[in-house]
Amino acid sequence: MTIRFLALVVAFAALATVPYWMPGVYYINVASQILFYAIFALGLNVLVGYAGLVSLGHAGLFGVAAYAAGYMLQLGFGHPLAILVALVIGVASMAIYAALSLRSTGIGFIMITLALGEILWGLAYRWISLTGGDNGLSLKSRPELFGFSMSDVNTFYYASLVIFMLSLAAMTVFVRSPLGAALMGTRDQPRRMNALGYHVWAIRFYACLFSGLLTSISAILFVYYTQFISPQTLALTASAEVLLMVISGGAGTLLGPIVGATLVVVVKTVVSGFIERWNFLLGAIFVAIVILMPEGLVPGTARLWRLAWRQRERGASVTPGSAEAKP
Amino acid sequence: MTALNVTGLCKSFGGLHVTTNVNLNVEPGERRLIIGPNGAGKTTLFNLITGELTPDSGTIHLFGQDITNVPSRRRAHLGMARTYQIITLFARDTIIHNVTLALLGLSPARWNPLIDLKRQGHFVEHAHAALEKVGLAHIANRPLAQTSYGERRRVEIAMALTQNPKVLLLDEPFAGLSIDERRDVKQLLLAIPRDITVVMIEHNMDVALEFAERITLLHFGEVIVEGNRAEVVADPRTREVYLGH
Amino acid sequence: MSFWLVLTVNSVTFGGLLFLLSAGFSLIFGLMRIPNLTHGSLFMLGAYIGATFVIGVFGVKLNFWLAALLATLAVALLGALAERLLLRRLPGEQLAQVLVTLGLSFMAADFCLMVWGGDPLSVATPSELAGFQRFGALVFPNYRLAIIVIAIIVAIGLWLLLDRTRLGAMIRAGVDDPDMARVVGIRVSQLFTIVFALGAGLAAFAGIVGGPILSVYPGLDQDMLPLALVVVILGGTGSLLGSFVGSIIVGFIYNFGQALLPELAYFVLFLPMLLVLLLRPQGLFGRHVP
Repeated sequence: MTIRFLALVVAFAALATVPYWMPGVYYINVASQILFYAIFALGLNVLVGYAGLVSLGHAGLFGVAAYAAGYMLQLGFGHPLAILVALVIGVASMAIYAALSLRSTGIGFIMITLALGEILWGLAYRWISLTGGDNGLSLKSRPELFGFSMSDVNTFYYASLVIFMLSLAAMTVFVRSPLGAALMGTRDQPRRMNALGYHVWAIRFYACLFSGLLTSISAILFVYYTQFISPQTLALTASAEVLLMVISGGAGTLLGPIVGATLVVVVKTVVSGFIERWNFLLGAIFVAIVILMPEGLVPGTARLWRLAWRQRERGASVTPGSAEAKP
Repeated sequence: MTALNVTGLCKSFGGLHVTTNVNLNVEPGERRLIIGPNGAGKTTLFNLITGELTPDSGTIHLFGQDITNVPSRRRAHLGMARTYQIITLFARDTIIHNVTLALLGLSPARWNPLIDLKRQGHFVEHAHAALEKVGLAHIANRPLAQTSYGERRRVEIAMALTQNPKVLLLDEPFAGLSIDERRDVKQLLLAIPRDITVVMIEHNMDVALEFAERITLLHFGEVIVEGNRAEVVADPRTREVYLGH
Repeated sequence: MSFWLVLTVNSVTFGGLLFLLSAGFSLIFGLMRIPNLTHGSLFMLGAYIGATFVIGVFGVKLNFWLAALLATLAVALLGALAERLLLRRLPGEQLAQVLVTLGLSFMAADFCLMVWGGDPLSVATPSELAGFQRFGALVFPNYRLAIIVIAIIVAIGLWLLLDRTRLGAMIRAGVDDPDMARVVGIRVSQLFTIVFALGAGLAAFAGIVGGPILSVYPGLDQDMLPLALVVVILGGTGSLLGSFVGSIIVGFIYNFGQALLPELAYFVLFLPMLLVLLLRPQGLFGRHVP
């Protein structure tokens, strides 16, 4: 417990001082990206990890919130209003998305969300009068929020960090709450939960809204970061990328999506530095993790660690001192 | 007023009649045993009573209230609890968490996304008390995956009892248990207070006979015989069903 | 008037192509209960391999149909390998299997980009089908008409395979009830490999046959996979008739949608699929709920 607490303190100290020890602006920007993608992954994890519902269209929702924020800003509305509208539209879209897809679970849920994601992508791609099509939507500058200019790298990083910490705190509270426990119950034994008096559909629906809120938050940060949105943001590849973050880190854990987001963003950034072929690696990591470490890196490493630890202890108790004697 | 009244209940899958015009009257506090060979439609009857299946026709009343069209989850709130023949517990969680989920299901707190469930003292106490009754309090924090089959059966019963039901439906509570475990579970069932009405399915007549006051024999979805212990045992149709033609 | 007629013929042609693509997708879904997300990649891979042989590689230039046959066999082999080496390791874990096919589709897309580059390849129409048919004032390219004929021949062949052979009977049994099929002694796992190879081969064949119309370009997989998905959800999984009818419907919706409502073409395409999922989840001709 104390080790865990210590690790949290160290991690927090490291995160809080990123602009001071990172070698350059480029790396601070990478750190900001990790933070807002981690929020996205946390949002998807609500469904994939805690509700057992694999959504393959989350990038579509992300895109809706992003376009909403971008459009509002382009029309010249103030930032608070743009952010508010983007959040409302993002969560409202999620409500429709959930109402349609929650009629099914398992493979059916995957297919409906895949279809919904493709519809949203298709709209962004083809509805040129609204979205600008392939040319995307560009913003002139990052905003000035409450007197802080977001175009400053460090300010943007700290804004992302604060929002990330709040999202993680919300996630932690939710997972430990009765509603969180109920959601995990519907994941493992939906029929039993129904017989115990739970409204399984409504619990899943609320989980979707929470997921939609986190997704919209990360989308708004994304818009402020890139100042550009294109249909590519909504593509199946993007949905798969964030799903990879969740699954590689460990679905259904608090830390997993964060580790996964770090892994994916770092690999993507590093790899795209010297080869263009990021997608091949993305696919290969996907296949390898699903086959070799299906529970994800965080639980998988924890399991191996416990195993090694137990073996060491057992070895020590059976033949004390013999470890050193061996060649 | 009857605790549980079933009138003219029918259900068929495709062309197969699984429940045919079943009538059932269970008095408050009664111990009712439903017996019948495999495929007699016992579990289907339970699924209809709890609302997990919708009947083709017929009505179900709980203490005079028509619940035929009440969704399954609402019936739990109206005082109906059940156990399953095939154990359906939360394998990733501890024993006490399983019981807590049963408690939480009937509490308005189940919608709360903000409080810490583990710190809700009254849930913990209630769950512990329920485990005390079934003799599992000493391993309350053991993950369910590390428990024996007999212990899981008792967790099932603890979950149902902790919901403080008016009508308790037990689906083969002795299935798969050793002789010792059966004795323990029987003690547990005999200790259920009289304000709870109990309907129990049991495939095996020997184990459950002494528990029941009235017995209903189902065969191919129909009620063949109903009466007290002596009447049902003495009835030639019972012998025909069980001993063969 | 002629505009509508040409659009109709194009719709039927495209429907025929979609049938070649989605028949295998539907069989795989019916038997293994997973949407094979590599299906678009197999189509594209077939198109690229076929196009390479037609254009000529290492000084060897093949006849269109021979190239199509080679591409079909090569991709069928790849499909069989993917099933044997990867999906086989995750028996019964549908979610994991779907994720593996998703990962493979990304690898395939990038592989094609690496080998064939970003510029589209155009495939010449086989010379024997290069002409036109004239019906009064209307002109129809022979090749488009040929695709319709090919699709019908393949449909009949598949129907004979499924309905008249022992292998077909086993596949149908597996689609209807895999557990029961296993009980009566059918080696369902071997069927998986065969059906996966068959589906992959058909997709590749569709890819090369579609080459002269669609050309071959990066992103072709992403364009085709959703169409196969829509067809199979409309028609119902595991049903050959469903795939056929679904393909024709989608062929029409897609072509008419592109022509009349270009901005909402995708929306119009996915709307019927969504309606079917919500109102009749087993599809028009299917028996299982996906």
